[in-house]
Amino acid sequence: MNSTSQELYFSMLRIRMVEEKIAELYPEQEMRCPVHLSIGQEAVAVGVCEHLDREDIVMSAHRAHAHYLAKGGNLKSMIAELYGKETGCAMGKGGSMHLVDINSGFFAAVPIVGSTIPIAVGVAWAFKLKKSSNIVTVFLGDGATEEGVFFESLDFASLKNVPILFVCENNLYSVYSQLDVRQTPGRKISALAESHGIKSFTGDGNNIDQVSELTNEAVKYIKSNNAPVFIELDTFRWLEHCGPNNDDYLGYRKKSELDQWIKRDPIETYKSRMIEEKKITMNEIIQNIEVISNEIDEAFKFAKDSPFPDQSVLNEHIYKD
Amino acid sequence: MRELNYANAIKEATDFCLQEDKSVLLIGLGVPDPKGIFGTTSGLQDKHGSDRVMDMPLAENGMTGIIIGASLNGFRPILIHQRVEFALLSIEQIVNQGAKWFYMNAGQQNVPIVIRMVIGRGWGQGAQHSQSLESWFAHIPGLKVVMPSNAFDAKGLLISSIEDNNPVIFIEHRWLHNTIDYVPSDGYRVPIGKAKIVREGNDVTIISHSYMVLESIRCAEVLASEGISVEVVDLRTIRPLDTETILSSVSKTLRVVVADNGWVQFGVSAEIVSVITEAMFDKLLSAPVRIGMNNSPNPSTRALANNFYPRADNIAKIISEMMKKNLDIKVLFPKSDIPQDIPDPSFNGPF
Repeated sequence: MNSTSQELYFSMLRIRMVEEKIAELYPEQEMRCPVHLSIGQEAVAVGVCEHLDREDIVMSAHRAHAHYLAKGGNLKSMIAELYGKETGCAMGKGGSMHLVDINSGFFAAVPIVGSTIPIAVGVAWAFKLKKSSNIVTVFLGDGATEEGVFFESLDFASLKNVPILFVCENNLYSVYSQLDVRQTPGRKISALAESHGIKSFTGDGNNIDQVSELTNEAVKYIKSNNAPVFIELDTFRWLEHCGPNNDDYLGYRKKSELDQWIKRDPIETYKSRMIEEKKITMNEIIQNIEVISNEIDEAFKFAKDSPFPDQSVLNEHIYKD
Repeated sequence: MRELNYANAIKEATDFCLQEDKSVLLIGLGVPDPKGIFGTTSGLQDKHGSDRVMDMPLAENGMTGIIIGASLNGFRPILIHQRVEFALLSIEQIVNQGAKWFYMNAGQQNVPIVIRMVIGRGWGQGAQHSQSLESWFAHIPGLKVVMPSNAFDAKGLLISSIEDNNPVIFIEHRWLHNTIDYVPSDGYRVPIGKAKIVREGNDVTIISHSYMVLESIRCAEVLASEGISVEVVDLRTIRPLDTETILSSVSKTLRVVVADNGWVQFGVSAEIVSVITEAMFDKLLSAPVRIGMNNSPNPSTRALANNFYPRADNIAKIISEMMKKNLDIKVLFPKSDIPQDIPDPSFNGPF
């Protein structure tokens, strides 16, 4: 909490650079699991997680890299997991879609859309039953708000006054299907939460100051009112739904739409603002990029050098004694 | 010898665990209502409080996710479905999430939950209130599936299930709730994964589970008067399957009938016959035979119930043929023509 604007900037930049490196090396076919990159959506993850304590829990879905890293998830373990190595955060059993770092409070991510929502509500409800002051944040996409389990979770969270923050990243597309063929045009997603009696906010997910302010208010509300909050944030995924490439040649969305969103790049716009306000110099940026690059190179080297899991791992962890 | 019925044995096990371990929670539609899930939860909310024993929204999938989440954060929840068919709404959370959680995170977080599912038969309950879907759950690595056939096992297995560190599917047959057995008042455990020989015999083994164990014992008792010695194995747990007890019994009798509680195709009995034939095909004196529900959905009318649900006389007919005896089944089971849509005339519901 209380990160400086420089810290927020470099946190977003680090996530961007990690994912760019994944995209760069993915064609080597050594990271043999599906990857859903969040390039373009970094401000949501960073702006939300800066208001969470280490003991607060975060859960996510298939596009989870940014959330994992923003919550403090170990970079080396994440990259090693993508390479299927023994040193991965789940010993290579999970892959990109099942990141976990319990020490950092990142409990889980799963690719079945919407399925971590009730689980996150359950974790948060347990905090309440234990009279803990911690909260849970669950990141979900616009598609998840079409699942029945989303509504079931809103009902229970509201009914039991569960300390949970729902963060909806509305990036307007579910794979290739745009929002207005899936949901009633003109109705905000946040209205669904409001109809369940849940305090809701909406904002620009590409503006980290706004994300941060809304989250600050939301966390205070959850703690002082013992009630859930829902935030809907508009943002946009730049690359294909799954994989390291662009997919606009398919024609499912207009190039001009992507171009508009790239102009609203959460990282570049924030950088310009900081330079204008003299909160950062180009020199500081260059120095930090070098530090981040080295960290990322080291993580990839660690992952590549790590051994694969032993064959015995195949039959471990089916049941706990 | 202290006697108790199956429903009260379940209640006693639940009460014991709620008392012993403050992390145990009990959740289900109707848990605190006047009927108390066929009497299995009556009075528990008054005793343990509404924070731990509670009703729920009609949101089976969501509630399953919620208990999984609570289990990740220090609790041991029990969730109840009054019919197995309602649990189908939560297959996603059970199969994709609960069952695989411990494996997906390489042993860092486990899911200690129990999901009780009631199954039944008869009284015209039709296609969506009388299925026996244990094989669905038993198919999934990561789940345990238990199906006690009597009050003693119901109490001991439920305590073991609540104390287990994995998701356990606890399937109880409505026609067993009123059955009475010796049930000690203390908190004893029946181990998960252990079958039991409930009647010894030498000529043929019947392997069964849940309510069909009663039909199997009834069959064995009648055939004993005809000089056929039948051994009855009660599986008690479907997964993990106790192959040792199964093979040891069939090694003795060399003949086997598997009396399934559900459909035989792709069912529990299919698995058991495979286990037996893979291990001792060349030693068997006759081909194994399966019997289970008719290969159709269940019609409501009692007129068709007798040919839908398997019973003792159907098993006896199979054994008669297997043993090359020409038994007159209608003489041995004189009541087999009466509509079998109730367990006995004293039982008048609720179903």
